[in-house]
Amino acid sequence: MKKTFSRHSGVAAPLLIDNIDTDQIIPSREMKTVSKEGLGEGLFAGWRYTEVGGREPNQEFVLNQNSKIDSTILIAGSNFGCGSSREHAVWALSEYGIRVILAVSFGEIFHANCLRNGILAVSLSQDNIDALANASNEGEITVDLVEQTVSAASIKDWKCDFEIGAYPKKMLMEGLCPIEMTLTNEKAIDAFLQVDKETRPWVYTV
Amino acid sequence: MQGKTLLDKLWDYHRVADAGDGYDLLAIDRLLLHERTGGVALKSLAERGLPVKAPDRVFALMDHIVSFREGRGRDEARSPGGEVFITQTREMAQKEQIHLIDTDSPMQGIVHVVAPEKGIALPGLSMVCPDSHTCSLGALGALAWGVGSSEAEHVMATGAIRVKKPDQMQIVVNGELQHGVSAKDLALHLIAKHGASGGKRCAIEFSGTTIDALSVEERLTLCNLAVEFAAFTAIIAPDKKTLDFVRDSEFGPQKNNIEKAESMWLSLCSDDHAQFDEIIEIDASQIKPQISWGTSPEETIGVDDVIPDTASLKSLTYMGLQVGEKIQGKNIGGAFIGSCTNGRLSDLISASEILRGQKVAAGVKAVCVPGSKTVKHEAEKLGLDQIFKQAGFEWGEPGCAMCFYAGGETFPPEARVVSSTNRNFEGRQGPGVRTHLAAPSVVAASAIAGAICSPSELKNFKCEQ
Ligand code: SF4
Repeated sequence: MKKTFSRHSGVAAPLLIDNIDTDQIIPSREMKTVSKEGLGEGLFAGWRYTEVGGREPNQEFVLNQNSKIDSTILIAGSNFGCGSSREHAVWALSEYGIRVILAVSFGEIFHANCLRNGILAVSLSQDNIDALANASNEGEITVDLVEQTVSAASIKDWKCDFEIGAYPKKMLMEGLCPIEMTLTNEKAIDAFLQVDKETRPWVYTV
Repeated sequence: MQGKTLLDKLWDYHRVADAGDGYDLLAIDRLLLHERTGGVALKSLAERGLPVKAPDRVFALMDHIVSFREGRGRDEARSPGGEVFITQTREMAQKEQIHLIDTDSPMQGIVHVVAPEKGIALPGLSMVCPDSHTCSLGALGALAWGVGSSEAEHVMATGAIRVKKPDQMQIVVNGELQHGVSAKDLALHLIAKHGASGGKRCAIEFSGTTIDALSVEERLTLCNLAVEFAAFTAIIAPDKKTLDFVRDSEFGPQKNNIEKAESMWLSLCSDDHAQFDEIIEIDASQIKPQISWGTSPEETIGVDDVIPDTASLKSLTYMGLQVGEKIQGKNIGGAFIGSCTNGRLSDLISASEILRGQKVAAGVKAVCVPGSKTVKHEAEKLGLDQIFKQAGFEWGEPGCAMCFYAGGETFPPEARVVSSTNRNFEGRQGPGVRTHLAAPSVVAASAIAGAICSPSELKNFKCEQ
């Protein structure tokens, strides 16, 4: 992971629907190569374009509105990113330029995938989500990872806090590579394997 | 001293180190891959120049986009341009010397069907796969969950994973399921009652007399749907049935180890005074055959119920339904039996009992795709293929098939389809397709009636038509 994250201000697009699943974020038919790239165009394809497989923008979809095309923040309801584990959903969001997702709650695997790809996924209360969705129509939203707050240009003297663990925070802020971090534990992993081969030999005779 | 839960035991066993801030480093015994998300993980790892740490404990299978057409070619995909996923995954798997269960292997099938069937999944193992329904494997008493492709890459490179221990939920199911009510109905009932987020990212342990009475195949169905309940995963303590199920499997313990393995597996259960963060109790005797009416698995009712007045307009519009309507009797255009939820032998048997000597109604496209080559072979030995075909079902080559749309062949837009799968999301089975989730027996009965119908109503229903 190369991108680092500390503070971000940008246009936010509200998509206040519950249970937006990864098939919605990137339909399977849009996953065309064995690669993490070339997925941005397929983001929300089913809603964003007028026809299946087409590229004619559906003007009613929020990301096609003039003021929202350059959104870098999404505001969503509960259980965002539920469904399939496809990391392509996160790669597509990232390629489109989304850096932050604010939602009431997230699908478990999706949430972990965001972290792995430098996207900050933050859970907020329904009230805060509603307030930010309203405010997003009149100015930028700012997410401060250092302070753990979200604020809106159009609401004076207001901010809300969010929770994030020290580990994901550090990963995002420093753009750490988890594989490299884990390889520093290689001795402990190998020690486990050595003992386990005696205890459960059948695990290793494949 | 406070007792340990089954999850605690599995977790502690595999815990290699503290990864900081509540995260643990867990050793992973098996990594499973499929061509849709696994190929990209293999490729990305190679691009980084990192080797696979334990290739003999990584398995790649072909299931998601392989064609289900009879006599399919080795690289034939059901989605346009999909061959590249098959060929690249094969190439990468061979290069990295991991196990490859290729399209033409007699073991081929859906990863979550093949893994338990062949002993790739075993009690007590820790397993991950870049596929959300990996939770199915918890039915054997294993710690198994779905991850993303980057996590899979991480496991290949290091043999371990960084993960935060989830909260724990116990779901106690007691009582006898009524005749004709299956594990699928139990799972759908649970999700309908407690919501699609009801699992709260917990690791769920299913227990109780109903669970004890379920076959291992039914337990796999139940745990399969845990992810639709927003659970981290599900587990069921191994018992004698589990041991019988995995005994003599291709990748299971060899003779000299079996006794040791089995005695270890039987110790995998929650202690008497173990504490859970949440407990849900279910009376199984009250559950009726279920069917989903909306676009989330929580939008589910009894087959003989009416659409509730709390129904969301968005779901109603997509599904072409109205509040207060009866779901039973709605005309259908399609029926699908298969998938990692209900594509096992017992599922095909339960559908065949309804289909025997019957004909699929005119205008219904009916497809059955066994979950694996082994299931297909066993079914054919029992003559089930003949029952399905004579009834008018297409009998396909194993894979995920019509469980999800990957481009290519599907049901037409707005077609109402009764499906033995796990997801009824908008467009899941094709643009505009209206998926109703149900047990295989309900799919079979509906296919014959040409309309949504529970097996017990099929007789009356046909008279009414
Ligand atoms: S059968 Fe369906 S749910 Fe199961 S692994 Fe395949 S696509 Fe996923």
